[in-house]
Amino acid sequence: MTTTADPTTLEFGKARTRKEDARLITGRTKFTDAINLHGMLHLHVVRSPLAHATITGVDKTAAEASPGVIGVYTAADLGVEGVGLPCAWPITPDMKSPQRPLLAHTTVHFAGEGVAVVLARSAAEARDAADLVEVDYEPLEPVLNMEDALKEGATLVHPDLGTNENATWVFDSGAAGTGSSIDEAISAAEADADSIVLKRRFIQQRLIPAFMEPRACVVDPTGEQITVWAATQVPHILRTMTTVTLGVPESKLRVIAPDVGGGFGGKIGVLPEEMLCVALAQKTGKPIKWNETRSESLLAAHHGRDQIQDITITAKRDGTVTGLDVHLLADMGAYLGLVGPGVPILGAFMFNSIYKFPALKFTCTNVFTTKTLTDAYRGAGRPEATFAIERIMDELAVELGIEPMELRKKNWITHEEFPFTTVVGLTYDSGNYEQATAQAMEAFDYAGLRREQEERRASGDKVQLGIGISTFTEMCGLAPSRVLGSLSYGAGGWEAASIRMLATGKVEVITGASAHGQGHETAFSQIVADQLGVPFEDVEVLHGDTQISPKGLDTYGSRSLVVGGIAIVKAAEKVVAKAKKIAAHLLEASEDDIEFSGGTFTVKGTDKGKAIQEIAFAAFMAHDYPEDMEPNLDADAVYDPENFSYPHGTHLAAVEIDTETGRVNLRKYVCVDDIGTVVNPLIVEGQVHGGLAQGIAQALFEEANYDDQGTLVNGTFVDYTLPSAADLPSFDTSTVSTPATSNPLGVKGVGEAGTIASTPAIVNSVIDALRHLGVTNVEMPCTSQRVWRAIQEAKGNTTQETPIDTHSPGAGLGSIDPNNPQGEVQ
Amino acid sequence: MAQVRVTVDGVNYADDVEPRTLLVHYLRERLGKTGTLVGCDTSNCGACTVHLNGQSVKSCSVLAVQADGAEVTTIEGIACDGKLHPVQEAFNEKHALQCGYCTPGMIMQAIDLLGDNPDPDEQEVREGIEGNLCRCTGYQNIVRAVQSAAQKMKPGSPAQTDTPVSVAGGGN
Ligand code: FES
Ligand code: FES
Repeated sequence: MTTTADPTTLEFGKARTRKEDARLITGRTKFTDAINLHGMLHLHVVRSPLAHATITGVDKTAAEASPGVIGVYTAADLGVEGVGLPCAWPITPDMKSPQRPLLAHTTVHFAGEGVAVVLARSAAEARDAADLVEVDYEPLEPVLNMEDALKEGATLVHPDLGTNENATWVFDSGAAGTGSSIDEAISAAEADADSIVLKRRFIQQRLIPAFMEPRACVVDPTGEQITVWAATQVPHILRTMTTVTLGVPESKLRVIAPDVGGGFGGKIGVLPEEMLCVALAQKTGKPIKWNETRSESLLAAHHGRDQIQDITITAKRDGTVTGLDVHLLADMGAYLGLVGPGVPILGAFMFNSIYKFPALKFTCTNVFTTKTLTDAYRGAGRPEATFAIERIMDELAVELGIEPMELRKKNWITHEEFPFTTVVGLTYDSGNYEQATAQAMEAFDYAGLRREQEERRASGDKVQLGIGISTFTEMCGLAPSRVLGSLSYGAGGWEAASIRMLATGKVEVITGASAHGQGHETAFSQIVADQLGVPFEDVEVLHGDTQISPKGLDTYGSRSLVVGGIAIVKAAEKVVAKAKKIAAHLLEASEDDIEFSGGTFTVKGTDKGKAIQEIAFAAFMAHDYPEDMEPNLDADAVYDPENFSYPHGTHLAAVEIDTETGRVNLRKYVCVDDIGTVVNPLIVEGQVHGGLAQGIAQALFEEANYDDQGTLVNGTFVDYTLPSAADLPSFDTSTVSTPATSNPLGVKGVGEAGTIASTPAIVNSVIDALRHLGVTNVEMPCTSQRVWRAIQEAKGNTTQETPIDTHSPGAGLGSIDPNNPQGEVQ
Repeated sequence: MAQVRVTVDGVNYADDVEPRTLLVHYLRERLGKTGTLVGCDTSNCGACTVHLNGQSVKSCSVLAVQADGAEVTTIEGIACDGKLHPVQEAFNEKHALQCGYCTPGMIMQAIDLLGDNPDPDEQEVREGIEGNLCRCTGYQNIVRAVQSAAQKMKPGSPAQTDTPVSVAGGGN
C-alpha cells in the first residue's frame, strides 16, 4: 500500500511552507466572531468611565425598553456578587488577593470595568442599549502611582485588604545557598577603591498586547455539554477555571479555541465576559455571543510590563561583576490576573542573564492601583529582566571606560563552562555566546559602524549614530512541574499528545498545545513525519478543542515545541514500539531482529519488510496480531520537562538620531539567535521578526498612558501606536545552534526571543548616540519628543513636556514624518 | 430600511439594510462573507479591506448603502477556478502570515498596491501597506511576499500565462 519517506529527506530542518495558510489566505477561516447559532443573543458590557468610584445606582429602564433588548443585568440580578475570578499564582503564603468580580457591584476599581451587561437580539442593539444604562457614581480618589500607593495613609484600592501591597517576593542567593550574599558584595565594593557600586532606575512602561483579533466568545448551552468557543490561548485552562469559578462540572464543559488571531500572552486570561456568557447562557437557555470592540480591548483586556526597576550592580574596576541587587515595584492594576502576580517572578531568575554573578538578590513588591490589571505579555517578566541587566551593563561599561561588548565578554559564561549552574540555581545546559556574538558582530560590521560613529561625533554631524547591544538569554519551555510547585504556581508544566494511526495509513496527531499563529500544524507534522516515516502531507494535527484534545496546558512561555513537541515524540516512540511487535509477528521474526527506519520495519539482514502504514492496516483488520497486545497502534504521552531550555542570542542595533528633531531612525538590526535545533527555519524567522517588532515597539512607540483621573488616554488604534510597515526596517536575522541537552530534539523555543532581546538593544543604541552630548537616559518609548527634550536638557535648555508625549508625531504613526508632517514631496 | 443592490465576488445581491449598517457588517452578517475581518473601530487596522469598484477600501468606513450599485471583491473572491491569486500564493510561500487575522486585508491592499505600482521597491511596499496593521509578522515577510507577487504578475511570467489575474488598478 504505501509510500514511505526517504530517510535522506528528513522533514526536520526543512523550510516547509505552512499547512494552515490555505484557509487563512482564502478567508475560509473560523474566528470566534464567525460562529453564529440559531437564536443567538448578543452581550454587551456597560463599562465604568471612572477609575475609582462607588456605584450609587443603576437605572436600567431606558435600556430595557430599547429595541431588541432581552434583558439588562447587574451582578445582583445574576446573583454573582460572590463569584470571583481565579488567580492561579499565589506567589507568597500571605499574598493579598481581592475578589475580582464578574461585574463591579459596589465599587469600580478601574476605568473600563464592567458594571452591567445588556443582552439583545443583535450586537448593534446590545450596544445601543448599553449607552442607555444610567449608572450613578460617587467618585473616589484614583490610585495611580505605585510609590505613592505604598505610602502611609494612601488611598486604598481595596480597603478590606488594609494595604495596596499585593505581596513582596524575595530571592537571595546568599540565603538560598546558590551564591553569596549581596549585602556583603555591596559593602565589600564600597570599601574597596578598586570596585564600584552603580545604581540606576529604569522604567518599564505599561504596554498593551494588542493581538489583532479582539477577544470574543460564544457559549451554547443547548447540548449535554455547554460548548464555549473562545478567542483564547488556553482552552484547557479555561475549561478547568470555568469549573472553579462557576461550579459547572468540568465534564459538562467543552471549550473550543477555533482560529485565534494572535495572543502574545494577552489571551491567557479567564475573562469576566466569558463567565458572564456562560452564566447568561445557562439562565436564558440560548446561545450567547460576546465580541469586544477594539477600544474595549485596549481598555479592559489585560496590559503588560509596568515596573519600576531599581538596580544596583557592583564590579571590580577591571570589569568583573561581583553582585546585583534588584528592587522592583510591579503594577498589578486593580485585580490579579490568572498569573499576574507571578509575571515579575518569572523574571527573577533572568537578571543575572549570561553573566557569572557571584551574588544576586531580587526583591519585588507587587502593588495595586486603579488601572487595568496586568498579566503576561510576550516574554512575561523576562523582557523586563533582560532590559534591566543589558541597560546596566552598558551603564557599567561607560562608568568603567570599558568597551560594552568587551565588558560582556569578560563576564559571560564561556562555552566550555556548560552545563553551568547560575547564581539563582538554574542549570544552563548549553550555549555558545562567543559564536553567536562573533557572527552577529561580523554581519553588523560592528567595527565599521563604531568608526563611522567616531567620525560623526568628531564632525559634529547633526545626525548621530548609536550602537546598541543586547546579549540575552531566556528561560523557555514552561515548565518542569516540580519547579512550578516550588514557586506555588497553581498548575503543572507538562504537555499531552496522542497519535492515532488510521486504517488507511494516515496519521492524526492530537496536541494539548493550542496554536494562534505559531504554525504548530506544520512544525508538528514535520516532527511526526520523521518519527513515523510517513509523508508530511499524511499528518493531520488536531488541537484547541477539549473534546478532541482532552488534556493539555496550552500555549505560552515558548513551550509548544519544547514541551508539546517532545510529548509528540514520546507518543510516536510508543506507536513505533507497538508497530514493531505487530511487524515482528507478521514477518515471523523476533522483535529483536526488527529494525525501523524511514517508515519501514525490516528483518535485519533480509529484504523482508513492512511499511508502518501496512502495520496500521493490519492492526485495524485485526485478523492476525500478537496475543499479548491489543490490535491498535495508537498512543498517548504526557511529557513533563526536566529543565527549562535556555535560548540565547546577540542582538545589535544601529540608530541614527537627528539631534535637531529627536527623530530616531532604526538603520540596521542584526541578530543571531541560538534556539537549539531548528525544526522549520521559515517559521523560526517569522517568530523572530514578529518578536523584534514588538520589542522595538516597546523601545520606540508604545505606551498605555493614564491621565491624572485614571483614564486610559490612548485607548484606540489612533493613539496606541502599534508600528506599521513604514515604521520598521528589514531585519538581518540568523541562527546558530548548540542543541539543548535537556530534550531529545535539542530544541529550545523561539516565540519570545525577539521581544525579550530587542528592547534593550534599541534603547542602548539611542543612549549611545547621545551620550557624548551629555544625555544619560531616555525613557521608553524613545519618541522624538523625549529624545529631543533629553538633548535640550543636556544642553541646559528647559523644555516643556506635552502631557502625553507618545502622541507626538513620529511615535509610531506610520508615514507621518515629523520632519515633513504634510508629506510634501521634496 | 434602505435598499442595497451589490455584486459581491461575482454574485448579485439585493437586500434591505438599516441605513447605518457598515459594509463590513453587511458582508459578514448578511452575506456570510466572514473571510473579511474586523480588527478595530477607528479605521486604523485594515483587517476589513476589500475592493469597491476595483479600489481598496476599509469596509468598516463605508456604509453598505454607499456600495449600492457597486462591485465588491473580498478575499473570498480573488482565487479563480480554484487557482490562488499570485498574492495569495506569495503570502504562503514567503510566510507572510502567522495568525492570519490581518491577512485578508493585507492581501486585498497588496493587490491594490500592485495595480498602482506593479514593481514597488521595499519602501514603496512599506508605505503602500501602512494602513494595515499586523501584530505577528513584523511585516518583513509581507514586504517580501508583495515583491515576489509583483514578479509573478509581470506580463509574460509563468504564473501569468495561464490565468489572467484581475488586479485592482488606478486611483491613488
Ligand atoms: S476594522 Fe476596518 S480598519 Fe480596522
Ligand atoms: S498575521 Fe497575525 S496580525 Fe498579521
